[in-house]
Amino acid sequence: MVDIRSGAGETIPLAEVEDVELYHPKSWWTKYVFSQDAKIIAIQYSTTAIAIGMVALVLSWLMRLQLGFPGYFDFIDADHYYQFITMHGMIMVIYLLTALFLGGFGNYLIPLMVGARDMVFPYANMLSYWIYLLAVLVLVAGFFVPGGPTGAGWTLYPPQSILSGTPGGKDWGILLMLSSLILFIIGFTMGGLNYVVTVLQGRARGMTLMRMPLTIWGIFTATIMALLAFPALFVAAVMMLFDRLLGTSFFMPAIVEMGEQLKQGGGSPILFQHLFWFFGHPEVYIVALPAFGIVSDLISTHARKNIFGYRMMVWAIVIIAALSFIVWAHHMYVSGMNPQFGFFFATTTLIIAVPTAIKVYNWVLTLWRGDIHLSLPMLFALAFIVTFVNGGLTGLFLGNVVVDVPLSDTMFVVAHFHMVMGVAPILVIFGAIYHWYPKVTGRMLNEAMGQIHFWVTFLGAYAIFFPMHYLGLLGIPRRYHDLGDATFVPDSAHTLNAFISVMALTVGAAQLLFLFNLVWSIWKGRDAGGNPWRATTLEWQTPQTPPAHGNWGKELPVVYRWAYDYSVPGAAEDFIPQNHPGLGVPTRETGS
Amino acid sequence: MAVVLILVILAVGSVVFHLFSPWWWTPIASNWNYIDNTIIITFWITGFVFVAVVLFVAYCVFRFRHRPGNRAAYEPENKKLEVWLASVTSIGVAAMLTPGLFVWHQFVTVPPGTTEVEVVGQQWLWSFRLPGANAKLGTSEIRAIGDGNALGVNPNDPNGLDDLIIEGGELHLPLGKPVKMLLRSVDVLHDFYVPEFRAKMDMVPGMVTYFWFTPTRTGTFEILCAELCGTGHPQMRGTVVVDEEADYQAWLEQQQTFTQLLAASEDQTKIASSTSSSK
Amino acid sequence: MSVMLVFLAGIAAIIIWWMAQQRLTSRPWLEVGHVGQPGGGEQSQIPPAKIGLYVFLAVVGALFSLFISAYLMRVGTPDWWSTPLPRLLWLNTATLIVSSATMHWAKTEAQRGRGDTMRTALLAALATAILFLTGQIFAWRELTEAGYVLADNPANSFFYVITGMHGLHIVGGLVALGRTMTKAWSGPITNSLRLSVDLCALYWHFMLAVWLILFALFAGWANDFADLCRQLLT
Repeated sequence: MVDIRSGAGETIPLAEVEDVELYHPKSWWTKYVFSQDAKIIAIQYSTTAIAIGMVALVLSWLMRLQLGFPGYFDFIDADHYYQFITMHGMIMVIYLLTALFLGGFGNYLIPLMVGARDMVFPYANMLSYWIYLLAVLVLVAGFFVPGGPTGAGWTLYPPQSILSGTPGGKDWGILLMLSSLILFIIGFTMGGLNYVVTVLQGRARGMTLMRMPLTIWGIFTATIMALLAFPALFVAAVMMLFDRLLGTSFFMPAIVEMGEQLKQGGGSPILFQHLFWFFGHPEVYIVALPAFGIVSDLISTHARKNIFGYRMMVWAIVIIAALSFIVWAHHMYVSGMNPQFGFFFATTTLIIAVPTAIKVYNWVLTLWRGDIHLSLPMLFALAFIVTFVNGGLTGLFLGNVVVDVPLSDTMFVVAHFHMVMGVAPILVIFGAIYHWYPKVTGRMLNEAMGQIHFWVTFLGAYAIFFPMHYLGLLGIPRRYHDLGDATFVPDSAHTLNAFISVMALTVGAAQLLFLFNLVWSIWKGRDAGGNPWRATTLEWQTPQTPPAHGNWGKELPVVYRWAYDYSVPGAAEDFIPQNHPGLGVPTRETGS
Repeated sequence: MAVVLILVILAVGSVVFHLFSPWWWTPIASNWNYIDNTIIITFWITGFVFVAVVLFVAYCVFRFRHRPGNRAAYEPENKKLEVWLASVTSIGVAAMLTPGLFVWHQFVTVPPGTTEVEVVGQQWLWSFRLPGANAKLGTSEIRAIGDGNALGVNPNDPNGLDDLIIEGGELHLPLGKPVKMLLRSVDVLHDFYVPEFRAKMDMVPGMVTYFWFTPTRTGTFEILCAELCGTGHPQMRGTVVVDEEADYQAWLEQQQTFTQLLAASEDQTKIASSTSSSK
Repeated sequence: MSVMLVFLAGIAAIIIWWMAQQRLTSRPWLEVGHVGQPGGGEQSQIPPAKIGLYVFLAVVGALFSLFISAYLMRVGTPDWWSTPLPRLLWLNTATLIVSSATMHWAKTEAQRGRGDTMRTALLAALATAILFLTGQIFAWRELTEAGYVLADNPANSFFYVITGMHGLHIVGGLVALGRTMTKAWSGPITNSLRLSVDLCALYWHFMLAVWLILFALFAGWANDFADLCRQLLT
């Protein structure tokens, strides 16, 4: 019923394919700084993303200090508080998560996992990073200009984002934010073209789409989504720049601001929200899909079992990606848009739950009858399942239009999206770093430090965000600098806030330990060898570790099997690498 | 083994927290207990799934953790199982979505005979307008905002002249009468939010948005702004009082109409100009 | 957002068509051994640069679809006064059509290996493209002098922003064309030069198509369509 196109042991002439035109660096500068090697670019992307992520982490400490102990820290006034939350949100979502998953992991893993020498357009790839760095610098410049960065909230809703009642609205803040986003999008497009075309055209012989590891499927699909979704943010940013600088009225209705009639009029704030969320919702999945893919590979490798229902996993990724473009207005149920839209968007939103649930089932079913090694990547993967299921399920509250009415704009929303697109993907990032660090550096990360880091991060983050839902249920709105005296809020809620703040500081401190581990292990880590996890995918089969320029030595690998041949009955080892011709073990047909 | 124990504690602990935490929604004061019921249904379904998945993971880790000589089973897929799981999930999702959509239909369909009340947001203050003797609200126009007309009521619309205007004061509502809140903003986005009423809606400059509800118990409730509107956002508070009919009428008597406000402001400008001319 | 959704539906159709050929229902665990041939089976024969350009055009298409969506959501509000189209725009449109046609000519000449005529065609394409941009700037000046300035009215704002964005993309194309031309003048016709000319031509045709759609939009031919969309989306 299925054609097995070539049998076992057939010899295949290697590397008949044309060699990719590789750029060969001539000096130290072009080798390590203006490098066109995807692996170096990946490290540049990751380092920059983690560095700016640390800024966002510190900002979160500051705002948690204010929320947990209002009045104790005079320097965090309302202006500063709003600037902190805005920068924290924007950095985490775009400059950390998007950049790290696609620019960092994408660059490192795509060429290696599909068996290519490098990205197809190395020069554009290099430009992509430098434009990203410029975007980050422009963003950070916000802290040093008069008026400080914008405090409009990461959603940047007009009109307030460009008015004087908001920090940075009439100063430099909002201008720098919008310029930085525009730069980021231009830079990302250059990188994104690379990721897509490399997956399409750079695959090694035998690497059919259905033999690709799910990591690549996740990154590939997320990149396509990002390429189509970011233009919406681009359009919104350009139009808002015009409104702010040149007095147009794209988003500006007639307004009396602080007793003064503004000249503009007739514009629609809702139009901005449509554009923003047309980008903003796919963005959630742009972050989630790479995480889905990576965690599938972590679970499979460390449970020594093929990913359960591979085909279903691939289809689910594609279906989620497609659906995520028609759910954006579920962020706008109480925005004042036509309420009839609520029916449509609630339905599409809840439909997404089905393919997402299938992915969760398949992860846990992969564990079933596995041989679970509780290594650090596996621990992080398990923690991901717990937090993602938790955050995904609270999404069913917020997606169901009428339930969203009391909960929207409360701490429930904050808890939900932190759990589902903050904690869960970041746990995957950690798991992925513990998993691939040995390939990048040739050394293992320190296990003891890793254990402390894992438990504090996982349990601490859960203790921060799980109780936070209940503050939202109680009715505490988000984005309140100071709750003040609200009659409906019991004193115990303030105690809970203080507890959450203490946990936030603790979890943050654990990240410092992680950073230390990253640096320390470069020199002191245990030697890893080429394939410490005994994994099947191509990146573990490189002739050198860390892989040299060009990845594969003289000849490109040829792929003979899918990425999940773990514990194949009859095989000597419990894994068979993808480039291993081996004996084509007749596998039994199951479940159909 | 610590992993197994902690996962079990986490699942059970979350349920215990849910059942015994002192943080729960405020006692409801409107007809939207349907919303609360939908949330309860959602809690049951999602809670069950969460506990089931986490306990299953814990069991897998316990039962199939690596021991020397172990080898994982080989099972690429199991279509029957996956179809079955997908169907059960779809049923669960439908069980949450269906009541949700029914209640949403109620939420957006204003019943006949509802009185209208206008809420106007501005940085960082709530104002209100109630229909006067003719039971109709006049139209409004941002460009009309000026002295004595902070809400921008259209002075050329006869319907608006008898409207009652409450600037920055308390709003009173009669018990048990459905009311349609017309929401308007003169500057940025705001959101009229009273936790006890469960309903909320953004106020968008240039548009009139709405929601409706019926107050079901008397009392004094706090209005909060639930859409970031600048640095004063958390300080943007107001009060809404739900009264028995008699108390409500007594309060209504004391309110000033638009015409009175306009006249008062003209008097003031006259006084101001006469004092300045006498100097 | 209807235009954007229509555009996405088109993209989705292409993706589905492509995926249908990728044996997504195969059971990879049963297929051990080498599958496919070098450069075939797993990948298409189209050069990566061309696929890259296709993907890029999809991104540009998304960008303009979103601008048009925004335009259609804003058009017809009470403060909307349509901007009159300067007659010059007709001439500009003709210039751009000529430019696109000469690019096509250059492409055929490159394939036939006739270097001299190809270089002439490239020059003509460059000249007409620059002429188009100059014409656009004159059209802007004509409008501003007639009092239709950027911030006065949303119709003007959209006109300037969208035509400006289109112009910027043409400028970007000129950079690519410039690089191609240096290659064309410095040596014989190679495969890589042929590919460059081919890609430039593709980009030119695409930008012409975008311009024709925008032109129809500004000329008001799209108003009926806009009414329909507004009914669907307000």
